[in-house]
Amino acid sequence: MRRFRRWGPALLLVSPSLLLIGLFVYGFAGWNAKVSTSTSRGYQISDDYIGTDNYEKLFADERFGLDVRNVLIFTLVFVLGAMATGLVLALLLERGIRFESFFRSSFIFPMALSLIAVGIVWRWLLKGGEPVGGLNKVFDSLGLDFLVGDWYQSGSSWAIASIALPAGWALSGYIMALFLAGIRGVPDELREAARVDGANEPRVFWHIVRPMLWPVVMSALVILAHISLKTFDLLLAIVPKGNLGLDTPAMYMWYTSFDGGFYGRGATIATLLLAGIALVIVPYIWYSVRSERKK
Amino acid sequence: MSAATLDDTTVPKGQTPRKGHGRIRSRWAPYVTVLKYALLLFFLVFFLMPVYALVVTSLKDPAEVGVDTVWNLPSTLSFDSFATVWPKLQDGLVNSLMLAIPASLISSLLGAANGFVLSKWRFPGADFVFPLILFGMFIPYQSVLIPMTETMSFLGLKGGLDGLILVHIIYGLPLTTLIFRSYFAGISDEIVEAAEVDGAGMLRTFFHVALPVAPPAFAVAIIWQFTSAWNDFLFGAVLTTNRAYWPVTIALNNIAGGQAVPFNEAMASALIACLPTLLVYILLGRFFMRGLMAGALKG
Repeated sequence: MRRFRRWGPALLLVSPSLLLIGLFVYGFAGWNAKVSTSTSRGYQISDDYIGTDNYEKLFADERFGLDVRNVLIFTLVFVLGAMATGLVLALLLERGIRFESFFRSSFIFPMALSLIAVGIVWRWLLKGGEPVGGLNKVFDSLGLDFLVGDWYQSGSSWAIASIALPAGWALSGYIMALFLAGIRGVPDELREAARVDGANEPRVFWHIVRPMLWPVVMSALVILAHISLKTFDLLLAIVPKGNLGLDTPAMYMWYTSFDGGFYGRGATIATLLLAGIALVIVPYIWYSVRSERKK
Repeated sequence: MSAATLDDTTVPKGQTPRKGHGRIRSRWAPYVTVLKYALLLFFLVFFLMPVYALVVTSLKDPAEVGVDTVWNLPSTLSFDSFATVWPKLQDGLVNSLMLAIPASLISSLLGAANGFVLSKWRFPGADFVFPLILFGMFIPYQSVLIPMTETMSFLGLKGGLDGLILVHIIYGLPLTTLIFRSYFAGISDEIVEAAEVDGAGMLRTFFHVALPVAPPAFAVAIIWQFTSAWNDFLFGAVLTTNRAYWPVTIALNNIAGGQAVPFNEAMASALIACLPTLLVYILLGRFFMRGLMAGALKG
């Protein structure tokens, strides 16, 4: 009874939230997994059980194979591009830059925008063909003709990589902020000590700051990788419907479930997507919570 | 200041070295500085380029608009493009406001309660529950959409804004809980203990001790939740069936998403749909940034 008086009110206060999260996150994800083992179609969930049939069909599905390949190419280009850009921006801004906060805000503001809007703008900027416009026009007038291309419309099997440009535009500033916080979190005394020992600035960075940035690199990688797997709004706004060359699992899930009503197949793709993301995120949460407890 | 701090080639005779900077200044330092600013300007142009295209194209006379002339300044200012798309977006803007405001307020309030309990009134098992809550922040929405449509239509909450608000509140909880938990963790335990000694229970401590010091955390949570609810597409697309209830992102995608839409109308609609969150960012960017950093689990 005394235990209840101590914890009761606290539990009562959080229980609505816990119940709702339990139901909407875990309950729904579990239910979704169950739908993936049924024949559900026609916008109906059916209660039958067909085991791993949907999974086997999906793995044999040419479109899904292409989607996985696409999302891997996209992830590779986007994650590496955004990491590199974010790091370079952070190093440029790290110290003694006038108007630093103006630059910083200008690099981060895309995070505040709807990705549908971002997609719409970039769809026009990345337009290929005639008349030469958008980004191609910029390259053209700078004499950088070799950069003029058809981007997402190119029909090449690497066309999906061009979506990394708008995605990187939207997220590099975030990565910059993470790196900047990491670099500035390095105690001044450590840098000062290295300087006293005669190290110049590049060496101070390499020997003192860089080794302390690994946690930031890890979180930036995890965040980008999981965003990359989920990318949907941006693709929906850029890619013309029915262009399977730029399809990804997230897009396939959407079209098959809500355009075609094939809930069984949609739930199967969604379950695999969740598994892929959990693979990256669960160790990350575990690591973050554990390192917090150690403090 | 140690003897090794300054390279005498960079300091002209008779000039005293600046104090407090223990750096070795290389003779290349001025060139490095110029290069840094040049690169920063290059990136600035890259990041602002789409904004320039948006603004310039929306303000051009529709007859003057073309993909090939996207970088040209308008010869005359015209608001025709805005006038064309405004009636199509108006309802969407109102709907997004009607859903983002209550969703962000309620989600923040519940998050404050959770954050307080999870940092200052840890019940047995709290350390087990917290990571489970956090995972909700990263879950791909695709993996809950099908059961969600089913449940919401069963509850009669599909189609209108109520269901959408509910969903945004729930999926906002992990981040708001995290924000408040980190914030309250920074408050000394003694204040809470003092309230307890005075005989205040958990609820009184929460309302009279924790909430009054929490406005900064509320600013972060509300602003971040408002932005995410405003920018959401998936939930809105699944849960609103009638165009009268479309949030602005759905309206935007349906108006400007097709390939047949004139360039200027697409740009004007995108600009209108972005303006509210952009204004929030410009005016309250500091709080927005803290929400962003919290989302990386970095506190």
